[in-house]
Amino acid sequence: MEILDPTDERVPVRRSLTLRTGEIKGRLALLDISKPRGDILIDQLERRLSLRLPGVEIRRFRKPTFTKPAPDELRRKIVEESDFVVEALAD
Amino acid sequence: MPLIEEVHRALGSAVEVWTIGQEREGNAILEKRHGLTLPMLDDSALRVSFSYQIEVVPTLIASDAEGRVLHRFEGFARKEWRSAVEKLAELVGMAAPDLQWQRYPELRVGCGSKSVEMGIADRLAAEAEGSPLRARRIEIGSADDPFEFMFDQGMTDGLPVVPPTPVRVLRMLAGTRRDAHEVIGIIPPNMAPATVEKIAINAVMAGCKPEYLPVVIAAIEAVCTPEFNAHGVMSTTWGATPVMVVNGPIRRRIAMNMGLMALGYGNRANATIGRAVKLVLRNLGGARPGEIERSTLGSSGKFTACFAEWEERSPWEPLHVERGFAANQSVVTIFGIESGSRQIADQTSRTARALGGSLGLGLQGCWHPKSYGVGDVLLVVSPEHADTLAREKWSKNQLRERIQEVTLRPIRELIRDEESGEGLPADAVAPAQLDHRVSKFRRPEYINIVVAGGEAGKFSAMFGGWVSGPVGSIAVSRKIEEVVQNHGNTGSNR
Repeated sequence: MEILDPTDERVPVRRSLTLRTGEIKGRLALLDISKPRGDILIDQLERRLSLRLPGVEIRRFRKPTFTKPAPDELRRKIVEESDFVVEALAD
Repeated sequence: MPLIEEVHRALGSAVEVWTIGQEREGNAILEKRHGLTLPMLDDSALRVSFSYQIEVVPTLIASDAEGRVLHRFEGFARKEWRSAVEKLAELVGMAAPDLQWQRYPELRVGCGSKSVEMGIADRLAAEAEGSPLRARRIEIGSADDPFEFMFDQGMTDGLPVVPPTPVRVLRMLAGTRRDAHEVIGIIPPNMAPATVEKIAINAVMAGCKPEYLPVVIAAIEAVCTPEFNAHGVMSTTWGATPVMVVNGPIRRRIAMNMGLMALGYGNRANATIGRAVKLVLRNLGGARPGEIERSTLGSSGKFTACFAEWEERSPWEPLHVERGFAANQSVVTIFGIESGSRQIADQTSRTARALGGSLGLGLQGCWHPKSYGVGDVLLVVSPEHADTLAREKWSKNQLRERIQEVTLRPIRELIRDEESGEGLPADAVAPAQLDHRVSKFRRPEYINIVVAGGEAGKFSAMFGGWVSGPVGSIAVSRKIEEVVQNHGNTGSNR
């Protein structure tokens, strides 16, 4: 039997992890997706990371709403201004 | 090529000699290299190659003026080509041409035609037959059960699907006049283009009849709008889903259920239209449970949530007319709301005010009884309840006002406390505000009202909202294409 593909026919892309250097230096982005209480987690992370990584510059970013993907402009800004990103999901 | 050029020069006055090349650039190179004067036709679209079923390059074909094939030979063999050319000369009353046959090799088997390469052949088959089908074809082995195969491929919602064979999909496409390749919208979260063909494939799988297809297409149009925000509706941990209400003449033409069991099961149109939309979101959009679709609990409405409004039984103007469409237009309205309905009982109210109060108190549980200022809700008023309201000529707006009135609560009752930790944080409210009374819904127009259900039973139902407004989901209506079917259904409300 022959059937027609109901999917978007994308070839699955295998994503590889960025090379782990073993140390964190440079600029670290903390992204809050705007879900309630996500900021509490991010605040806590920022406190702890700044103690552990005094040489790392930490920057905060925030999505306008958790219900929609991050706007292109925000994504571009994060890529340009950061070496690492920690994103706080919720739930 | 030099030999064909020789044949052209020798027989050209009586025989048309053409070469057909499968690459435009290749043709140009050959023309230049061999100084060709014969016509060199470009078949980079491979349509001629496909229609003549060319499997080997070169293939020699001799045909008469009517296009009937007189002789055909695949590959190159000096002896056979010579015989064919001499026979051709004889046919047109010419002497056998004196060609330099010894210059050419005895045998060259040739290579495969591009028109039979994997992947290309199927597309050409669809195009050459005038078929609108372009989707990738998947061959299911004869030893495989097609139903099990489709489960294994992750193409189903957990129930068996109808295998979308080309024949079934072609039949489904007959349900619309729209072009099979028209892109109806971009389906989040994969941002995949939803063509009419892809929608038809998923509609076959859901069990739709062709005459349902225009409803599914209109629903997908609505789902793909930024206002509806399918990404959020599908991915929220709250159990939201597209809930569809159909209005207008198409309800009866395709025999949708708007009466007894309207929100339940048993009607093919209701069940499969809603399911088709969900399958499109899953298969094209990539919304699968545990991946992007992440509802904590979900509900059975996640399979399908579609019903028609019983406009003729309603004392009010129907939903689509309220939303700016003409009564004789067929329209689907999609709400990004709770995926299951819950019932509100009131068997004893005999006045519109009392019943409106009951319905309001029933709606107070949306999200949580202490969650106030919430957005969209869909209230489905049953015929018996509608009669009670109609006796006193209550409008929809009067019912909305009554719901807002009966749910008025002082803010102090909505604050988090020892009895229930849900609610407003105490420090967010100024003491002077504590006795200020607020209504359940942000605005009365967020209370959407339709009539449906069986003649017997003083029970209405509601679908609670998700996040409403610009950061959440806004209900979207789309007109449904009118396609007159030859085998018209008379329809019924059952």
